[in-house]
Amino acid sequence: MTRSHRDESPDRLHVITGGRSRGADDALDAVTLVVAESAPAPGMQSEHAAILRLCRTPTAVVEVAAHLRLPVTVVRILLTDLIDTGQVTARHPAPAPSQSHPFASPDVLEKVLVALHNL
Amino acid sequence: MHSTTSEPEPNGVALPPTASRALKIAVVGGFGVGKTTLVRSVSEIRPLDTEETMTRAGGGVDDLAGVEDKRSTTVAFDFGRITLDATSVLYLFGAPGQERFWFLWDRLFTGSLGAVVLVDTRRIEHSWYAIDRLEQQGTPFVVAHNDFGVEHDLEDVRAALDLDAGVPLIRCDARERASAKQVLITLVQHVQALVAASAPTQRSAT
Repeated sequence: MTRSHRDESPDRLHVITGGRSRGADDALDAVTLVVAESAPAPGMQSEHAAILRLCRTPTAVVEVAAHLRLPVTVVRILLTDLIDTGQVTARHPAPAPSQSHPFASPDVLEKVLVALHNL
Repeated sequence: MHSTTSEPEPNGVALPPTASRALKIAVVGGFGVGKTTLVRSVSEIRPLDTEETMTRAGGGVDDLAGVEDKRSTTVAFDFGRITLDATSVLYLFGAPGQERFWFLWDRLFTGSLGAVVLVDTRRIEHSWYAIDRLEQQGTPFVVAHNDFGVEHDLEDVRAALDLDAGVPLIRCDARERASAKQVLITLVQHVQALVAASAPTQRSAT
């Protein structure tokens, strides 16, 4: 399979993020669903435009990364740009299991179970 | 498959416009144990792969500056998904389980509903660290022995893994949809049992 960014120089990733290595919204989880709120504008950075086209329907952060062939870390920075300017909104996962509450809620578990049985 | 444009090419079904909640299950195991195969067997999309780049040293796991030096590590992982209903979708992540990749797990899979540890009796030691770590984190998990058609005594496997009696251990053929599905059902039922067992002390918050 073509893995374009694997062979890519760090320089290009550096350019894509405008040299930033931080600044991504910490709330952006791998499975946060993101949705475009506007169409790409002329002159926009091509990666930003690609995200807006891709996210016409809700799309998880990891899916954006996979389709753009960019590391998740880079995509989180790009998405944060678009969220900050209101071009993308994020639908954050409902309270996820954590150390203090390690289990998903019974409702969620039941829903997952039903869906799996129906597969 | 190969594209001549740089346009993203979504494969398979788009999520419903009403989708708002995503859940995660992690599938962990050594190289070649069948993680991607298991994900593919149940996923509604062809499994996608992507990567996470992180520095190994220090606390700056999210520091892209690491890309520029040799201390950074790139780990590929793949994933699939199952749309549960109009609002919810379940993502399945396959990730290497060896110790040196565990930072990926910490970063990406926090908040998982649970995990499947896929074991291969030829390389059983690749699962030890994953099991230790999951136990330590209190993440619910089940162990599935991908037997590649050769049946082993599960009690031998349990002993070799030094696996707690309370952790479900099942046989599976990751290539078979029904079998892969059963692994996930076993995990969810296990989590349900843990929830029920902890009910008296757990708050009713969802």
